[in-house]
Amino acid sequence: MSDAASNAAPAASGRPAIEIEHVDKWFGDFQVLRDVDLTVNRNERIVIAGPSGSGKSTLIRCINRLEKHDKGVIRVDGIELTEDLKRIDEVRREVGMVFQQFNLFPHMTVLENCMLAPIWVRKMPEKDARETAMSYLERVRIPEQALKYPGQLSGGQQQRVAIARSLCMNPRIMLFDEPTSALDPEMIKEVLDVMVGLAEDGMTMIVVTHEMGFARQVADRVVFMDEGDIVESADPETFFNNPQNDRTKAFLAQILHN
Amino acid sequence: MEWMRKNLFSSWGNSLLTIVALYLVYIIIVPFLDWAVFSAVFTGDSRAACLGPDKGACWPFVYANWDQFVYGRYPEAERWRVNIVFFLGAAGLIPLLMPSVPAKLYNVIFLLVAYPVLAVILLVGGRPGLPMVDTSYWGGLLVTLVVAVTGIVVSLPLGVLLALGRRSEMPVIRMFSVIFIEVWRGVPLITVLFMASVMLPMFLPEGVTLDNLLRCLIGVALFSSAYMAEVVRGGLQSMPKGQEEAARALGLSYPQTMIFIILPQALRHVIPGIVNTFIGLFKDTTLVLIVGIFDLLGQVRTQLSDPNWSAPQTAVTGYVFAAALFWIFCFGMSRYSTFMEHRLNAGHQR
Ligand SMILES: Nc1ncnc2c1ncn2[C@@H]1O[C@H](COP(=O)(O)OP(=O)(O)O)[C@@H](O)[C@H]1O
Ligand SMILES: [Mg+2]
Repeated sequence: MSDAASNAAPAASGRPAIEIEHVDKWFGDFQVLRDVDLTVNRNERIVIAGPSGSGKSTLIRCINRLEKHDKGVIRVDGIELTEDLKRIDEVRREVGMVFQQFNLFPHMTVLENCMLAPIWVRKMPEKDARETAMSYLERVRIPEQALKYPGQLSGGQQQRVAIARSLCMNPRIMLFDEPTSALDPEMIKEVLDVMVGLAEDGMTMIVVTHEMGFARQVADRVVFMDEGDIVESADPETFFNNPQNDRTKAFLAQILHN
Repeated sequence: MEWMRKNLFSSWGNSLLTIVALYLVYIIIVPFLDWAVFSAVFTGDSRAACLGPDKGACWPFVYANWDQFVYGRYPEAERWRVNIVFFLGAAGLIPLLMPSVPAKLYNVIFLLVAYPVLAVILLVGGRPGLPMVDTSYWGGLLVTLVVAVTGIVVSLPLGVLLALGRRSEMPVIRMFSVIFIEVWRGVPLITVLFMASVMLPMFLPEGVTLDNLLRCLIGVALFSSAYMAEVVRGGLQSMPKGQEEAARALGLSYPQTMIFIILPQALRHVIPGIVNTFIGLFKDTTLVLIVGIFDLLGQVRTQLSDPNWSAPQTAVTGYVFAAALFWIFCFGMSRYSTFMEHRLNAGHQR
């Protein structure tokens, strides 16, 4: 276990991007998160793996308060998440999220999807918002689809639009919740390529994914969750070649043999 | 011919159905046409013209009383005010309904803010140059439209707020919405109108009087809001959770999320239900008759008691006329909603 690595002195790059301390969460009687601790430093790329139902989505949804944690402390950029709506808004402006189901707005064009939040949340002038949107659409390599509706695009294109839409808010942290799980196999690569590009630019990222190739290539740290708990946390080299925990070993054996 | 063979006589069963249908049309349409056109009376200025056997519809009754049907007892000298209100309403509504006409925002502002103020000033009066016309003189189509339009214009936004309230995370707001919706939905409109007309004044402080028509307007508007709330709630429930989450994750506030993301999609899903509620409301306006307000139907009935027009076919003629007018408005709403549905569906294929 490389606890030392996960607690690596944040002093070098200022305060950590995300601090999660002793977080518990219940859905009714069911405990989804059990005393979770996780610190994410600036520019760090974390991949979260684990069996379905282990609480991966819930954990990252707590980071932008789509879910509310019941106990413990979550700080994003030093801002502690509480009932205070102002702080939640502040955090959401800094944190982008990409969903498994894309969740584009089907009644708006691709361009409008990308311009909405910058205009209404960042109060950006329309012209600037349009320029920003086009530059990110170029970056995810679909500027020519700007005037289409999401329903007219393939899954891979939709997910790239969703990434561009998040980036238009100029977030400092990006959360990805199984961004390629809903895609046909031939479209997975185009989305992963965009994410690799982001990582190379130094974006702080937390990615829930089963794409172990992506984890090896990009992650600074792989975190394994099981039954609401972080069971193992290590750099990819150690995680894949020398896992310590039995549940991690079982999970890897299963996923790598498929 | 080819089309007929394909669609009407493609099989034995189909042919039989076609023949039965044609026969039904024949036994309904032919006597009706005979009554309404061939045996109908078109000229005359009193019952004398319409008396006699084998006479059909008594149309002179309708044009002789046309003004009453449209304005009720609104003073003749002041009817130009009503005409202006009708005209402004049409001038505001028609461009709004045509998708190709630009400046929808200004159009809506005119219709929802400027127009109601103008309409009240003109219709009620009580200002220099505009003598006061008490609402007890209003009647006919004027009252029907005033009640229906007020109901429609108030019920949609109020229904949306109630539907959102019903899903609120704040217990007080949720409780209030649920109680409001269920109380109004559980009471017949007739009861609401009776209560508005008879009971409401008892609760008002002494000296404060509320106009009878205004009380009915409030009753109808709140009643239809409760129905609208349930229609809108159906639309809200059909929305995938991810839409709201994506909007909130982008930092949009709750009102922004509702206005830009959730409501445009949810309302679009329930256009047929919304228009259905509008149509129901339009027809329910006839119930104001029982609290002494004369809408179009009430006005037709009133004119029927005129001995000058007492003839065997006058009553049927009056009711058919009223029915036809109601039908034109309701059918128009129905067609428009179909048109919008097609247009919106073409806009974004999923
Ligand atoms: N809104 C919810 N209400 C109740 N239970 C939930 C809810 N969301 C998730 N769960 C449960 O919490 C557990 C963890 O869910 P999730 O975080 O989505 O897991 P993962 O993303 O790792 O598959 C699952 O057992 C799931 O059924
Ligand atoms: Mg999940």
